Amino acid sequence: MTLVKGKTGDWEVVIGLEIHAQVSSESKLFSRASTEYGGAPNSQVSFIDAAMPGMLPVLNEYCVEQAVRTGLGLHAKINKVSVFDRKNYFYADLPQGYQISQFYKTIVGEGYLEIDLEDNSSRKIRIRGIHLEQDAGKSMHDQSSTESFIDLNRCGIALMEIVTQPDLRSSYETSVFIKKLRNILRYLGTCDGNMEKGSLRCDANISIRRPGEDLGTRCEIKNLNSIRNVNRAIDYEVQRQIALIEKGEKIAQETRLFNTVIGETKLLRSKENSEDYRYFPDPDLLPIELTDEYIDKIRANLPELPDSKKNRYMKNMELTSYEASILSADKEVASYFEKVAAAVNPKLATNWITAELFGRLNKASITLAECKVTATKLIGLIHLIEDNTISGKIAKELFDIMFETGEDAAKLVEEKGLKQIIDTGTIEALVEEILANNPDKVEEYKGGKEKLFGFFVGQVMKHSGGKMNPKAINDILKSKLSK
Amino acid sequence: MKALNKLTIRETLQALKDKKFSSCELLESHIKAVEANRDLNAFITETLDLAKEKAKESDLKYLNGEARALEGIPVSVKDVFCTKDVRTTAASKILSNFTPPYESTITTNLFGKGVVMLGKTNLDEFAMGVTNHYSAFGPAINPWKETGSKENLVPGGSSGGSAITVAAHMSMGALGTDTGGSVRQPASFCGIVGFKPSYGRCSRYGIVAFASSLDQAGVFARSVDDAALLSTAIMGYDNKDATCSKEELPNLESAMDQGLKGMKIGIPKEYHGAGLDPEIEALWANAKEMLRKEGAEIVDVTLPHTKYGVAAYYVIAPAEASSNLARYDGVRYGLREYKEGMSLDEMYEATRTEGFGHEVERRIMIGTYVLSSGFYDAYFSQAQRVRKLMVTDFKLAFDKVDALLTPVTINTAFALTDKKQMDPIALYLNDVFTIPASMAGLPAMSIPAKLNGKGLPIGLQVIANRFREDNVFRVAKNLERCLNFKVSPKGY
Repeated sequence: MTLVKGKTGDWEVVIGLEIHAQVSSESKLFSRASTEYGGAPNSQVSFIDAAMPGMLPVLNEYCVEQAVRTGLGLHAKINKVSVFDRKNYFYADLPQGYQISQFYKTIVGEGYLEIDLEDNSSRKIRIRGIHLEQDAGKSMHDQSSTESFIDLNRCGIALMEIVTQPDLRSSYETSVFIKKLRNILRYLGTCDGNMEKGSLRCDANISIRRPGEDLGTRCEIKNLNSIRNVNRAIDYEVQRQIALIEKGEKIAQETRLFNTVIGETKLLRSKENSEDYRYFPDPDLLPIELTDEYIDKIRANLPELPDSKKNRYMKNMELTSYEASILSADKEVASYFEKVAAAVNPKLATNWITAELFGRLNKASITLAECKVTATKLIGLIHLIEDNTISGKIAKELFDIMFETGEDAAKLVEEKGLKQIIDTGTIEALVEEILANNPDKVEEYKGGKEKLFGFFVGQVMKHSGGKMNPKAINDILKSKLSK
Repeated sequence: MKALNKLTIRETLQALKDKKFSSCELLESHIKAVEANRDLNAFITETLDLAKEKAKESDLKYLNGEARALEGIPVSVKDVFCTKDVRTTAASKILSNFTPPYESTITTNLFGKGVVMLGKTNLDEFAMGVTNHYSAFGPAINPWKETGSKENLVPGGSSGGSAITVAAHMSMGALGTDTGGSVRQPASFCGIVGFKPSYGRCSRYGIVAFASSLDQAGVFARSVDDAALLSTAIMGYDNKDATCSKEELPNLESAMDQGLKGMKIGIPKEYHGAGLDPEIEALWANAKEMLRKEGAEIVDVTLPHTKYGVAAYYVIAPAEASSNLARYDGVRYGLREYKEGMSLDEMYEATRTEGFGHEVERRIMIGTYVLSSGFYDAYFSQAQRVRKLMVTDFKLAFDKVDALLTPVTINTAFALTDKKQMDPIALYLNDVFTIPASMAGLPAMSIPAKLNGKGLPIGLQVIANRFREDNVFRVAKNLERCLNFKVSPKGY
């Protein structure tokens, strides 16, 4: 169990998350306006989004399908009847004066997501439910000293609010959870998971307690927009709560905002000042009623998700748990890997991707999608190793060039004359030449200084320009020296 | 020949087809009536020039043999239907400068049939009221007066202006909306036919919302037949309103051709009493006998939860209204009261205080209260339960009968100066007989039946099962013939 040390003893951290995931859909939840990111302010706003008089919401059924798909991907119960409710409050970027959400009957019920921890154990984090709701618009207060501006492009875009039970125990676990959830959403195609663009936002409920005791009073930290900030905010908040309690004070239930510049959470509102949202069923919309056939059809078309991919890689390709984990986590990586592994030895594919490819991606700080070495090109390279055309050493050099230029491995070998020499006659001739030029070293070797074997190998490699097959060199050298 | 504006729609359509007069001449006779009766304050916005253009187009259509179902018929439209490029106010100061860039589905449908709009009619602000005096544009006046009296009477509400235009021959028909009786009650007070189709029959797209689960478009006409023509033009599925029904449309024409033999008509016992005017009670009994003579079987039925209807309605409707009216905040359109240095909240407060009338404020406050945490279960949930019970009441009744005959109101039109009647709670009770059909989403019609001893019209209500508009029209058409009510307000 991860515990945090205080002055008066150990503390257990308890975290629950509310994650707002923007549903991947071309149009909004209740209007046909576009959801494209980055449009000119107020260029993607329908009369419905602007809450003009007499305008009515019309449900985008694709968003319902996406929510169901997400629920199924999180092993969750799909509620066959769910209802939209109005959450009433006034704000300038909320044109209707209410947000259409699901409060009493949500579309997705309880589920879970399993996370892998540092010590190789794994843990189920329970999902309490998922509901569909509209996003609000954006208020801009920095455009003028006297006026605020409103951009309604985002207003009405569909969000899935994914709520967890308070099952997370550290900022590390929380970041593992968010990454895993993000990967699953991307696999499912239900949210692009882009935190910078606000497609994935997170509120964290944090409390502390002595191990084994009842839950403490929680504080909600709002609007965490990167995994790094989630970690920073949790770590700060945990220390703040420990310090307060150890001073003999009580934690007040409140909503706090994380200030990313100074790295501290600040009071937004206390529970006493919390708004009364006057939730009630939206009379403009009928309940969503789903049939078993509808749900089963979505279930049948779910993609293979990271957990089952990982198991398959371990079982069928004999990868280690670690290798299988990193190759299955991300949808793009997994599909790259599977393409390569289908054409060459999976172990070789694993090594080349996890060591060579990832190393270079990291160094260059680019993503797999931006990488010039496509799966097909990597297969080409590995084939040249497998059929002994080039040595592993040459392959790594080629890979560097391919990484820069996106060139074909076979073409490079041809151009640069890098084809490996496997003709034993040629190798023998060179070996004999090297031995003849170094009679003293040969003597020493035969006198018992066997370390010199490496010297001879190095000389042969050097004079062949690295193009000779190392195994053949070894064999021939051994036989010549033993004579 | 009768003045053109006194013809029925059906007669007029035939005459226009036969080129007995033109759409422009027909319009002209209505414009004269509109201009002569401005003291009734029936219109908030007249669109007479636009109407002249449309009438010319209609004449062209007749000339080319392209006339549509209601080509050239002059109609007035309650000012809650959003009309493209024509100011739409909902009789509220907060929308007094609002011109929609879009057209409601109902007006789109009507205009598509060739109807010529005369203007946007007065109403109680946001359709909240039964007198049409809660209007930011002043009260509308009933063309009827008590015999020998000059005292102005209320036309009923909220669709008072629309009812007046039809009763005073300023239009041949009109659009209204009915949430708890806002078409039927003014129809009854003004001596005309008012029909509200089943909830879900007409699209609510483009109608300024009051209480979404109850709001429904309706029509006013001077005969059941004309009401059928207008209703047929506005009913139908619309994918822009999620609560709009795909249920097959009834054939009102063939329903009206049928007699009452074989029909069972229920008399709900709970509609007796409740302060019902004895003259109306007597008329109701009389009408029941007429229907029996026509061959209908009269059956006593019970709707035991009727007595909770008004209370439950005045929880649900304000609750929905409090949320529906939140959008009028001065941010994007409509009135904005802003003085330099005001915060956003202060701007909201100033705008809404200035923009809403007292009755709207009262209902927003009631609605906000009944949805508040701690009160939700006691009020809103409870009212929803009552509503379900009322639906069940009707379901059981319609297992036994095809239609119900009831009074529309407990009394006839009253004066604005009548302190007792004008008390807010007394006004809420005006809807006691119209609310139940609204709560259950049923089609219902008010039919003018008779003048009372003081010379004021009394209406009767026919209610049928959900989506059985045909049964309403079948009973109403026969009843209309028996009642033979053919009186217009004096001087109109």
